[in-house]
Amino acid sequence: MASETVSPREYGLGKTHRHDNWWVGPMATAIGLGGFGVYATFRAIYNAEYVVGHGTQTLPESAYLLSPFYSPLLVFPWLPSWLSPAFLILWAPGGFRLTCYYYRKAYYRAFFLDPPACAVGEPRNAYQGETKLFLFQNLHRYFLYFALIFLVLLAIDVVHACLWPSGGGMTFGISVGTLVLALNVTLLSLYTFSCHSWRHLVGGKVDCFSCVALGQARYKAWKRVSFLNKTHMLWAWTSLFGVGFADFYVWMVASGRITDLRIF
Amino acid sequence: MDKYQTFEYDVIVVGAGGAGLRAAIEASAGGAKTALVCKSLLGKAHTVMAEGGVAAALHNVDTRDDWKVHFRDTMKGGKFLNQWRMAQLHAQEAPDRVRELEEWGAVFDRTKDGRMLQRNFGGHTYPRLAHVGDRTGLEMIRTLQDKGVHAGIDVHMECTIRSILKDGERVAGCFGYQRESGRFVVFRAKSVVLATGGIGRCWEITSNSWEYTADGHAMAMWAGADLIDMEFVQFHPTGMVWPPSVKGTLITEGVRGEGGVLLNSEGERFMFDNVPEMFQGDYAETQEEATQWVQEVIAGKQATVRRPPELLTRDVVARAIRKEVRAGRGSPHGGVFLDIASRRSAEEIKKKLPSMYHQFKELADVDITTDPMEVGPTCHYMMGGIRVDPETQQSTMPGLFAAGESAGGMHGSNRLGGNSLSDLLVFGKRAGEHAAKYASETNSIGEINADEVQRVAGESLKPFDDSDGENPYTVHEELRTVMQNLVGIVRTDEDLRSALGEFEELRERAAKVKVDGNIQFNPGWHLALDLKNMLDISEAVTRAALERTESRGGHTREDHPGSDDEWGKVNNIVRQTDSGIGVFREPLSEMPDELRQLLNSE
Amino acid sequence: MAEEATVKIYRGDNESGEMVEYKIPLVPGMVVLDAVHTAQAMQAPDLAVRWNCKAGKCGSCSGEVNGKPKLMCMDRMDKYPDGEPITIRPMKSFRVLKDLACDVSWNYEVNKQIPAFKMQDTGGEEPKFSQEEADRVQEFRKCIECFLCQNVCHVLREHDKKEEFGGPRFFVRAAGLEMHPLDDENRLGLLKDELGLGYCNITKCCTEVCPESITITDNAIIPLKERVVDEFYDPVKKLLRIVFPK
Repeated sequence: MASETVSPREYGLGKTHRHDNWWVGPMATAIGLGGFGVYATFRAIYNAEYVVGHGTQTLPESAYLLSPFYSPLLVFPWLPSWLSPAFLILWAPGGFRLTCYYYRKAYYRAFFLDPPACAVGEPRNAYQGETKLFLFQNLHRYFLYFALIFLVLLAIDVVHACLWPSGGGMTFGISVGTLVLALNVTLLSLYTFSCHSWRHLVGGKVDCFSCVALGQARYKAWKRVSFLNKTHMLWAWTSLFGVGFADFYVWMVASGRITDLRIF
Repeated sequence: MDKYQTFEYDVIVVGAGGAGLRAAIEASAGGAKTALVCKSLLGKAHTVMAEGGVAAALHNVDTRDDWKVHFRDTMKGGKFLNQWRMAQLHAQEAPDRVRELEEWGAVFDRTKDGRMLQRNFGGHTYPRLAHVGDRTGLEMIRTLQDKGVHAGIDVHMECTIRSILKDGERVAGCFGYQRESGRFVVFRAKSVVLATGGIGRCWEITSNSWEYTADGHAMAMWAGADLIDMEFVQFHPTGMVWPPSVKGTLITEGVRGEGGVLLNSEGERFMFDNVPEMFQGDYAETQEEATQWVQEVIAGKQATVRRPPELLTRDVVARAIRKEVRAGRGSPHGGVFLDIASRRSAEEIKKKLPSMYHQFKELADVDITTDPMEVGPTCHYMMGGIRVDPETQQSTMPGLFAAGESAGGMHGSNRLGGNSLSDLLVFGKRAGEHAAKYASETNSIGEINADEVQRVAGESLKPFDDSDGENPYTVHEELRTVMQNLVGIVRTDEDLRSALGEFEELRERAAKVKVDGNIQFNPGWHLALDLKNMLDISEAVTRAALERTESRGGHTREDHPGSDDEWGKVNNIVRQTDSGIGVFREPLSEMPDELRQLLNSE
Repeated sequence: MAEEATVKIYRGDNESGEMVEYKIPLVPGMVVLDAVHTAQAMQAPDLAVRWNCKAGKCGSCSGEVNGKPKLMCMDRMDKYPDGEPITIRPMKSFRVLKDLACDVSWNYEVNKQIPAFKMQDTGGEEPKFSQEEADRVQEFRKCIECFLCQNVCHVLREHDKKEEFGGPRFFVRAAGLEMHPLDDENRLGLLKDELGLGYCNITKCCTEVCPESITITDNAIIPLKERVVDEFYDPVKKLLRIVFPK
């Protein structure tokens, strides 16, 4: 009946008594986030083929399509040529995602292995959590403020993508590219408005809704954001792929590999 | 004496459920150095399982309610055998006790205008139960626990008290053991409050946990205090019947309060045919009337018609279910159907009965929002208990107090749902208050009788010496079977007498059970020690039941089916005598005229 | 369904033990706690295990079944593959007293540090608040103190920071008090310092194991982190407080 002596607890990377494939989750996260990181870095350094259409050298007869990696497009002639305009703006959405409550979970698990999965051992003994070095995570709300501005800018990009040069003026039209940019800004909006800091701001900080100004309105807003917040992870991933795909689409059009099909 | 750890307090409270916690808070507030001793971890007591609500005439939902109606309902539910003064104090003080909980941070469900919401329950004329979904007990115990930890009370967790220690005729403290280490402990105190809960583990099918081994009842009896109404055991009508692993697990009466109906295998709402004479005219007589009542209540209106018969008192419903099953109209697993799915939307069910939904989904693979539940009676509550003075909760032994389920008299022959949680609060407070007062008026702490401690300690260790005895679990299972079959919902002279015979044999076997291992955290040993409590109190129940040759409330005699007016004037008192456990009749105390008139007014 | 299951139960103390194998006759609807009780009644009467309600309401029977933190009374045997032994161990984060029973007294010490509810002055009026306001707090008050969240939280489980960290259970408790519409106490300093909210890296294992399905991380911990930021880390708010002191 009895077997060999065991210890009630063991430590070390991957030590667990779980029988399931606990490593699938963190591995998928690592591949997803890692893949996106490599692609985004490459495209930021690439510094070309990120814009087409009206007012540019490429396809000036079609609507203006700008990759979200480069929007808003800040071009300063005095900048060294190796510093692409992407780097001037990517810190904002990058910072928003870096300090996002969902992504924090994802990369603490997948990259820091702190922990790799629930009830699974870790590689290191030392741990400071989000104290000390990681206190900057508390600035998430400031990145949110920037993210809100970016949503406006990206929405303006969608408007530009609907305006086609015709004669001396512009006409309204929609192409696949327009839809791709519109989808991108939609997913980003869902991601941004499901943010935990946003939820706190609109009503989470209120305990007694009947005691504050606009209490009922704030309660309703908080309920809606709370509902959206449940799927924050879904929007984090779909908007990540959305933004990557929008860039990829513009790149393909700008490099002439595909034609942006105008629907009407 | 040095072998035992010894503590000294003014007041010792045994049991940390609602009553014990409330008593300890009050004793401590009264300036007494107080300790709380409990068998489990703090916050795990049986009170957490109370689901439906706490009855108090707050009249937040129906303004017609007041303490007088609550008093009348309680007396009617107990078939007038209640200690009327307890029922009166209970009805009068319950609203304040519940509001006090809110002051301490409890978050009850709300009415539309932001006050405590109240729901309907069996036997209560108006919606009266303040509640939190179906986890009211948890809310109460957590509130009391959090109040208690800041009140400077010492808590001795996982410590079982085995006997009351006496100095002459007064209390000197109590003796027990730490479950973890197995070490013996002596608590010296000026007063002791027993709040040890019930005795449900004596039956096979029960909603009660391992803790309900009749400790307080037995210790008080051994110490010479009186017990009262021991024949009255409540079988809750709706326990789970399938699968076997959850047989007996409670389904809250709240399901019926929220509109759930009871059906037999022919789809009949059989409760319409089971309204006893005493309640004739108080309940709906047609499906339409019952449905209208539910609709009005759900809409938050005052009901203009009579309530559904499913909301009759628990004793009535339990007997009706038993009758249907006996007549061959039961469900596949020997119960009847309780259906809420056809009455309320899935969303409402999940909101109002979340833990019921979860419990059935996880444990029985039944989705109660689409399918009916199978239910049957389960041993639930002990109306009888330690006989106490209504004002002070002091037992017949000086310095020994009791509150909650372990005290008797408040509920008479049958308890209304929701009256237990309010009982805990009202009489827990009174017990704590008066235990502290008694302690402050007592100059010196009683002397401990070292020989007595030695004797109990020796007796406690005996199971380790018996090498050829049997497993305590086997003896316990057999006791539970005997009680289930012979001292269950319906009793006869013959069955009760043969139960007494069985106890003789079981007692001999219990005296020589053997346990393996050592004294550290040894559940087998703990059970071996509990067997004596359960056997003695099973006998007390059986003897009181044998004596009462009538049917009333939680006591039904097949050989004496009707109520007897003469028996309606007396309580049975159980007392340890030189020749064993004796039963004595005691006339009810005279009720003042104004209260008597309340009972007669409708 | 198979007629018999094999369970391997940890038998021992805090230093060492053995995984002892028991053959258990299966009954329909059986849960892991039933299997442990069967082993106890038939083969090992001194097997230490805590339980009370056996219906997922008291939070006593916490353990680790096949390596996952679980309430044993709510864990069905028929979920596990036939024929494979099921391993049952005590919680890793707490000192083992004996077999499956752990010393959880540390939790009760943490609880004592949290200031109790303090009702706002309602000027003698009956306290009123809406069900909408109650809803948020009631989620936290569902907690049955099974301490599975404390057990699975890696800050306690792997790093044993019991001195500087309160754990998810007490963030839930604090959230229930802080977000109560009528509470008049401020516990943010306590949360930041004594309870070490910053050690939580929101990896959500507490939420994954909660048998009461409390959304611990998103509804309790993160909102508390945001409140702590309001009070201690938001530079603009800090500046405003200096310019416009209350």
